[in-house]
Amino acid sequence: MTATAQRVTSTAWQGFRAGSWCDQIDVRGFIQANYSPYEGDAGFLTGPTPRTTALWQQLSEMFVEERARGIHDVDARTPSSITAHAPGYIDRDHELIVGLQTDAPLKRAIMPQGGLRIVESGLRNYGYELDPQVREIFTRYRKTHNDGVFDAYTTEIRRARKAGIITGLPDAYGRGRIIGDYRRVPLYGIDRLVAAKMAERAALDEFWSTEDVIRDREELAEQLRALEELRRMAASYGYDISGPATSAREAVQWLYFAYLAAVKEQNGAAMSLGRTSTFLDVYLQRDLDEGRLTEREAQELVDDLVIKLRIVRFLRTPEYDQLFSGDPTWVTESIGGMGSDGRTLVTRTSFRFLQTLYNLGPAPEPNLTVLWSPRLPVGFKRFCAKVSVDTSSIQYENDDLIRPRFSDDTAIACCVSAMRVGEQMQLFGARVNLAKALLYAINGGRDEMSGVQVAPAFPPITSEYLEPAEVRAAFDRMTDWLARTYVEALNIIHYMHDKYAYERIEMALHDHPVQRLLGCGIAGLSVVADSLSAIEHARVRVIRDETGLAVDYAVEGDFPKYGNNDDRADAIAVELVETFMSKVRQHPAHRRAVHTQSVLTITSNVVYGKHTGNTPDGRRAGEPFAPGANPMNGRDKHGLVAAALSVAKLPYDQAQDGISLTASITPTGLGHTPDEQVTNLVGVLDAYTDAGGFHLNANVLNRETLLDAMAHPENHPQLTIRVSGYAVNFIRLTPEQQRDVINRTFHESL
Amino acid sequence: MTITGSVHSWDVATAVDGPGTRFVLFLSGCPLRCLYCQNPDTWHMRDGHRTTVDEVAAEMAKYRRFIEVAGGGMTISGGEPLLQPDFTAAVFHRAKQLGLHTALDTSGFLGARATDELLADTDLVLLDIKSWDPVRYRHVTGGEVTPTLEFARRLSAMRKPMWIRFVLVPGHTDAVDNVEGIASFVSTLDAVERVEVLPFHKLGAPKYTALGIPFPLADVPTPDAELVRRVRSQFSDRGVPVH
Repeated sequence: MTATAQRVTSTAWQGFRAGSWCDQIDVRGFIQANYSPYEGDAGFLTGPTPRTTALWQQLSEMFVEERARGIHDVDARTPSSITAHAPGYIDRDHELIVGLQTDAPLKRAIMPQGGLRIVESGLRNYGYELDPQVREIFTRYRKTHNDGVFDAYTTEIRRARKAGIITGLPDAYGRGRIIGDYRRVPLYGIDRLVAAKMAERAALDEFWSTEDVIRDREELAEQLRALEELRRMAASYGYDISGPATSAREAVQWLYFAYLAAVKEQNGAAMSLGRTSTFLDVYLQRDLDEGRLTEREAQELVDDLVIKLRIVRFLRTPEYDQLFSGDPTWVTESIGGMGSDGRTLVTRTSFRFLQTLYNLGPAPEPNLTVLWSPRLPVGFKRFCAKVSVDTSSIQYENDDLIRPRFSDDTAIACCVSAMRVGEQMQLFGARVNLAKALLYAINGGRDEMSGVQVAPAFPPITSEYLEPAEVRAAFDRMTDWLARTYVEALNIIHYMHDKYAYERIEMALHDHPVQRLLGCGIAGLSVVADSLSAIEHARVRVIRDETGLAVDYAVEGDFPKYGNNDDRADAIAVELVETFMSKVRQHPAHRRAVHTQSVLTITSNVVYGKHTGNTPDGRRAGEPFAPGANPMNGRDKHGLVAAALSVAKLPYDQAQDGISLTASITPTGLGHTPDEQVTNLVGVLDAYTDAGGFHLNANVLNRETLLDAMAHPENHPQLTIRVSGYAVNFIRLTPEQQRDVINRTFHESL
Repeated sequence: MTITGSVHSWDVATAVDGPGTRFVLFLSGCPLRCLYCQNPDTWHMRDGHRTTVDEVAAEMAKYRRFIEVAGGGMTISGGEPLLQPDFTAAVFHRAKQLGLHTALDTSGFLGARATDELLADTDLVLLDIKSWDPVRYRHVTGGEVTPTLEFARRLSAMRKPMWIRFVLVPGHTDAVDNVEGIASFVSTLDAVERVEVLPFHKLGAPKYTALGIPFPLADVPTPDAELVRRVRSQFSDRGVPVH
């Protein structure tokens, strides 16, 4: 290190407790050595400044137009990159933190590396034309991820994909679910990060140039290039981020630049932020202690950052928005949790992030995620519960399950996917439709809606009544095929994504070598569990069409249903999760990724249901599935707690990519007074976590409010509801999705 | 001897029948026929499921830990629990053995059937006083008010914690005098922790349709905010904590 660099560093780090984090890239080490746990209540928080309110108001007016037109504006000529667009501002003189994805707020960029088709159809749907030169480049000279994938897909994968038994694959757009450790930029500055990456790159010179080693070298070279581009992008806004940040304001700005580079470069399905609040708290606290900042100014910085995170936009197609209910970006920020040394990781800035939901009003993004443990400080727990009751905008995940399996510096990507920040990344794999697999098992691989032979032609079941043993054997065979086809598809997708749409800046903010997780997933869990229960405990008669295709089922008698804390049904769900996980694990994953699985549908439970025929549990064709790991609508007869305990039985170790439960409760169902509501919600969160429940989306809403919002959307511009691992703006849902949300078991009481 | 009861259903609910998150057991059978009853499916003992105390205890045990962490307990509601006093007593006894807080949700009409042993295992009584004026009480419930008032005095003498519940039905129970009567009576009782004024609602109406019985209050409006405020203040003016 040069003398100048040392001087800069010593100023920037003044007041921090030194440690091994000074000599190597170790953000967690820095946090542990320097953060101030906060055990108090929310009394210190401040409201928005007039500046914040005015800035937010300015954007809110633009949102109205954006909603009406679908998008506000788009730059259809400039393929996005970290440095492609000139600097942009909302209101240059009044922004504390600067930087936009393009040169104007809400103006979307095109990112054709993922796939040109999605860009073209996205543009066309909103009345724009792709620049012919860009089209020529990405058809004649430059191949996209999407092209690569379809070059390598097998016929079988194409059929499975088209039939919708394997769905939502990231084969035409960015895979996302990768969290760069954006904190590294403020803590170390670009120079240090470049030096560390160069050392990683140099270490590879020792190895024989196998394909793997060559690829790693090339990727590291790309990462270095991306770091330089990040430096240039920041410079275009007038900031030199070569060295570490010297103040809280700079720390927020440096961190945001790093994140901004990622969302300029990638249109990932989920572009999560990580776990930044306690890291930033160290800087805010230092400035507060030194009298350089007031609480009001500290909150204002957080508010300004959150404003920026709320306006991250990607150009997507209306079909994509329909699948995911609105325009989600999953800017997930993980807040709270406990440290492995027993101290809480809650700081004042954990509160400040949640306070933005009051200062700016409720919003789906950033996706504020509280890592919950019964051991969290009471003041924080009560504030979280209050924010939930007031805004329905936060989700909870079980810190006591995550911490021992990952670390206490783990963040959630997207909805429920845990990963150690800067050390792990995910190869996102969407999900398979298990309900359809059951129908294929009965029909010998023919699709129940089209009659087409999609899976291999196993012998169909021909008996009048379904026999449990026969159905289970057929389902076992069918899911063997499904798991193999699925992992094969994912391997192809991620091979091509690495090759044609590599996440240069996000990966530059990871250690090398990174640990990869293969994020598989299942949809339709409750449908299959109830179907198998019906076959076992009642009698299910098959109704076939003239071609012998089973198209409907008549259930005779009653049967136990998943979601009632009844082991007879819940054990089936547990077995389904365990079995599919073990089947997936049998197939080697791209770049030796570790297989994981989620029970999460996002909001695609509506679309999956639409494409799935009648099922043996009595569900009608087209009827939505339950979201995530929820029981089917109306089948949980003993209240939310019983349903939650059924979900909590699903083994996290066999679904380490997360298990999602969404619940809607009316405010009076939580208590008569606000204080009682908070106490009871805290109690339920503690008990659900204690029982091993992984995730809870807590909506505290009146049915009437939602009905009114359907009728008069203009009166509810910021009404936010949690759907499945993330939140959406209710009025941006399709009428069909709105009805699904309203019809979902609305718990009058918990 | 195995004691059995006629059980309608059970539920785990928060903030509805007693404090916190509770296992709520609904028994079948009720001697009253309240006009606003929201559970007409619990009127007849013969419609319930014969259930042993062991079976109830096994179900409660599944929630013991959850309730312990969340805060709460178990409640016996109905129907009228005191129509089956031996079963109610036996279930409460098992609940206490499991370490659960117990609440008895009753109209008090059969209060005389509650033995001292049963009340010893009862931590809280949710006592519905449906009306004050005897004529009006008979009109609203089909029964007499005196047993309820006697039961309330007995609980008061034992200093047994009580939540008094009053269902506010426009045109039936909302008269100023009627509310005043209950409020002044309640203010003479010891150990009343709170009064819950429950605004009449019609969420039970579909059950009437399903059972093919006309819902007597189908045309009665739910109380407006102003009326609820007035009635609450009638209680709070007497120094009774109101929710």
